[in-house]
Parts: sequence; C-alpha cells; structure tokens
Amino acid sequence: MDRAIEVRGLVREFKGGIKAVAGIDLDVAPGEIYGFLGPNGAGKSTTVHMLTTLLPPTAGTARVGGFDIVKQGPEVRKTIGAALQEAALDPLLTGREHLRLQLALHGIPRSERPARTDELLERVGLRLAADRKIGGYSGGMKRRLDLALALAHRPRILFLDEPTTGLDVQSRSALWDEVVRLKREDGVTVFLTTQYLEEADVLADRVGIIDHGRLVAEGTPAALKSEIGRPTIEALPADGTDDGTLEQVLRRFGALQPSTAGVAVRLDGQGDLADVVRALDAADVRVADLHLHAPTLDDVFLAKTGRSLEGSEEAEAEPE
Amino acid sequence: MSLAAQVFYLGRRSVIRILRQPANWIFPLVFPLALMAVNTGGLHAATNLPGFPSDSFVAFFLAFPFIQGALFATVNAGVDLARDIQTGFLNRLALTPMRSGALLAGHLGGVLAVGALQALWYLTVGLVIGVRFESGAAGALVVFLLAVLIVFAFGSFGALAALRTGSTEAVHSLFPLFFVFLFISSMNLPRNLIETEWFRVAASLNPVSYLIEAIRSLVIEGWNAEALALGFGIAIALAIVGLTLSSLALRGRMART
Repeated sequence: MDRAIEVRGLVREFKGGIKAVAGIDLDVAPGEIYGFLGPNGAGKSTTVHMLTTLLPPTAGTARVGGFDIVKQGPEVRKTIGAALQEAALDPLLTGREHLRLQLALHGIPRSERPARTDELLERVGLRLAADRKIGGYSGGMKRRLDLALALAHRPRILFLDEPTTGLDVQSRSALWDEVVRLKREDGVTVFLTTQYLEEADVLADRVGIIDHGRLVAEGTPAALKSEIGRPTIEALPADGTDDGTLEQVLRRFGALQPSTAGVAVRLDGQGDLADVVRALDAADVRVADLHLHAPTLDDVFLAKTGRSLEGSEEAEAEPE
Repeated sequence: MSLAAQVFYLGRRSVIRILRQPANWIFPLVFPLALMAVNTGGLHAATNLPGFPSDSFVAFFLAFPFIQGALFATVNAGVDLARDIQTGFLNRLALTPMRSGALLAGHLGGVLAVGALQALWYLTVGLVIGVRFESGAAGALVVFLLAVLIVFAFGSFGALAALRTGSTEAVHSLFPLFFVFLFISSMNLPRNLIETEWFRVAASLNPVSYLIEAIRSLVIEGWNAEALALGFGIAIALAIVGLTLSSLALRGRMART
C-alpha cells in the first residue's frame, strides 16, 4: 500500500445545498503525520467524518488503508482509530470500564483485555485515575483517555479531530509527544485536524490548508512558508500619525498586505528592517510599534485566502 | 464478536449507568408505591360501589405501579440514549465493529433488567401488604412476565424518541404525555363504572387500560383469558411497532457506510 489515505474529489453537501466539503483531493503516505489546518467551519470535521465512515460523501471517492470508505466501511473501521472533536465519553463509567468496553466491542480476546487495558492506561498516564468516573476527569485527562480508546485495537491509521482544542499548554504538549511517539515507534499514520498553526507546524510532516471546503494549499510546513518567501513588516502608527503617509513610506519596500491593526508590507528585497526604520525617520513618520514577521503558516493562509487564520471563523453545516 | 456478546456488553453498560444514577431507580421503586398509598387511602370507598370487582382497593390498584414504573423506565432509557447521541458516544460505538442492532438490544436489555427488578419489588410489596393473587403463584409469575414485556414495549418508544430527536430535553418532555395516557385509563375505576361518558370512551380507546386490566385480572379475578389476551396482545403489538420504528430511526441516526 503506497498511500494510507487517498481522497479524490470528495464532496459533502448538506440540506439547503450547503457544501461543507467542496471537492478535496489529497494523499497521505503510510507513517506520515498529515496536518489538516483550517478555521472553524472550514470543513475539517466533515472530512474526518467521511473518512472515518460516519458520514457518506455526496460525491467523490476515498480509500483509507486501501479500503473504499463507502463500499468497505467495516474494513475501514477495523483499520482506523479516531478521536473525534468532542471527547465522547460516558461520565458515569470509569476510564478502565471505557477501555474494557472498547476492547470487547473490537473483539479483543477476553484474556488479553486486562493487560491491554493496563498498557493503554500507562501509555496515556491515567493508571492512577483508571478507576475514577470520567465525570471527575479534567479536559486533558479526557483527551488522553480518548486517545487511548482510539488506540485500543492497534489501528494503522489514526484520525485526531482537533485533539488539543481547549487544553492547557502542559496537556497539549503531552498529547503532541504521544502523537510523535505513535509515528516514530509504531509507524502509525496520523490525520490530524487543527486550527492551531503551531500544532500543525510542530507535528505535521505535511500540511493541507482547507478553506470554504476546498484545499487551498498543501505541502511541508517549510515548503509552504518558503512559497511566501520574504518576511513581512508591520507598523502600527503612533497617535497623530497619518496612516496614509505611513503606507506611502512602506510601499517603497514591498507589496501591501492585509493588517488588522496598522500597515503591513511583504519585503521585496529592496531593503531590510534597518532601511525601513531609516526611511520612516527620514519622512518623520512616528510609529508605536514595528514588527518583523518571518513567514508562518498563518501567512500562507493569508496569502491563499486573503484572511488570517487566527480568529477566522466560517459558518458550516455541521455533520448530521 | 457475536451479536449476543455485543448485546451483553452494551446491556451491562446500560445497567451500570442506571445503577449509578440513583434517581433512575429510586424514584421508580418508591414513587408509584407512594402514589398507590395515597390513592388507596382516598379512593378506598370506591369498593362500596355496586359492581366494584374487589373488596380490596389495594389489590385493585396494584396494577398501577407496574405501569407507572414502566413509564419511568421508558423515560430514563430514552434520556440515556439521547445523552449518548448528544455526547457523541454513539459515534464512538459506531466506529467499532458493533452491529447497530446490538446497540438497541443492549440498551433495551439494560432497561429490561431494571424493569424486572421493579416488577419484583412491586410484587413483593404487594404480597407484604396483604394482597393475595386470585390466580395464585403462577398468576404472580405471569404478572411479572407481562410487566417486563410492558417495560420492553414502552422502552422501545423511549428509544424511538431519543433516536428521532437526539435530545434529552425532548425525551423528558414525553413524560407528561405518557402520564396523560396513564391517568385517562381504567387505573382508578373499572371502565363500566366510569360515569362520565367522554372519559369512559377515552379509557376504552386507551391501550394502557387493557395493560392495567390484564395485570389486575390476575390479582383480583383469577385467570381471565380475554383480559390476558388483550393485555399481552397490546403489549406485543406496542413492542413490535416501537422496535420497528426505533430500528429504522437508528439506521438513520447511524448513517455509517
């Protein structure tokens, strides 16, 4: 199998003609961590629901683990593990009871279940909390149990739908470590959706950026950022400074970029930060703040969509 | 894994859930009997009506807790299933090789287990307070079986409501509706002694009346084939309709490929 996930022209249309996913093509190699990056409502979760067989596509095809997601749903489900957007846990059951139920439903032999349960609890650091009801777990603990449940039957491909949303820094970091370990030690293919740039940057071998249900960019984080090329300078005018004058000076150094607070230009090689400072001084333009931004994935998103990913939110029909 | 094993594991989870929510089993055990005590105290004089079928209003009214307990079980079952939908737990189960039929069967299995516990409790309390079954020990066993069947039938409608709406609030809101069916029935008086015509007609059209009368016949009459045929027939019909509709609703809810 040369591709763990292969998607061609995948579409999902909801009632009222809303296309949550409007034709996606992508490939994920075995053992790769693929970051699926986009704002809320861009179509990430709908794509995951289709690839995990929970939602039939309206059009297009996809193969996961070599199996067709429409015609071979049961085979796909045996191959994959998934931790969906909400940690879907039963607050009345303990962590251990969750794992035992999951292992039983996956057909793991009864004799293997206790050891496998302990192994998974140890792996996600929940051994001491194993016999506590989920109602008393923190958000991070729930996410870790969610991951353990997704790994119960040793899947070759793992779908993680915004696994760190709402988690504190420490929990997020622990989950990242585990994802990296899964790839490195077990060779698991990971399809990870996220709205966090840093997460995609740190974890993903390749990133696909989705917007309005379409893939607008794809590549390694480094390649995507290098496409943007040069850094951006953003200046915030001081009180009483005319935006127009500031813009006039900065235009000499590159093309204007969207900026929420001031004026920004992408440097075109005609000068660097020092040149910009000298030019502003010469024109007697006072600035309150001046930033030099190395290209980020947000810049990639901005370049491809004209909007910033951070704070961006779209209305999407939720999977039904 | 076999379907039976899947049903077992899901049924066990359902029972654990119910047992860990004391309100889900304490109310069904206590409230119907408390209401029976109140009604028996207030309506005892009804036994003096000409044609009233029993000297003991407690014996006459003992069928009531079985039906009200079934209503409690129905709503609790529906709420638990709706919560699974709301929290996404149903999706988690859908991602396993679990067969969708196992989910419904396991869920109703848990409801049945609790329903059986309730029925045993009502029977025991009835015997302790002096009710004697005219149909004997075999009749008490049939009451138990019919009560469990009624819980199953009602439970399938609770599951249907949960699967159709996916909302715990919507399932909760069904409780008053179920209560109307219970109160507009022959629970307080035999239908032939209800003087208000519209009430008598409504009670005669209400299937709950026949469920009550089947249980009641075994307590105060002995073996009444017609009452039992109607009671079992209606319970089985309700179970078939409820199960069919909830299976269809489940198919729509779990639209996995």
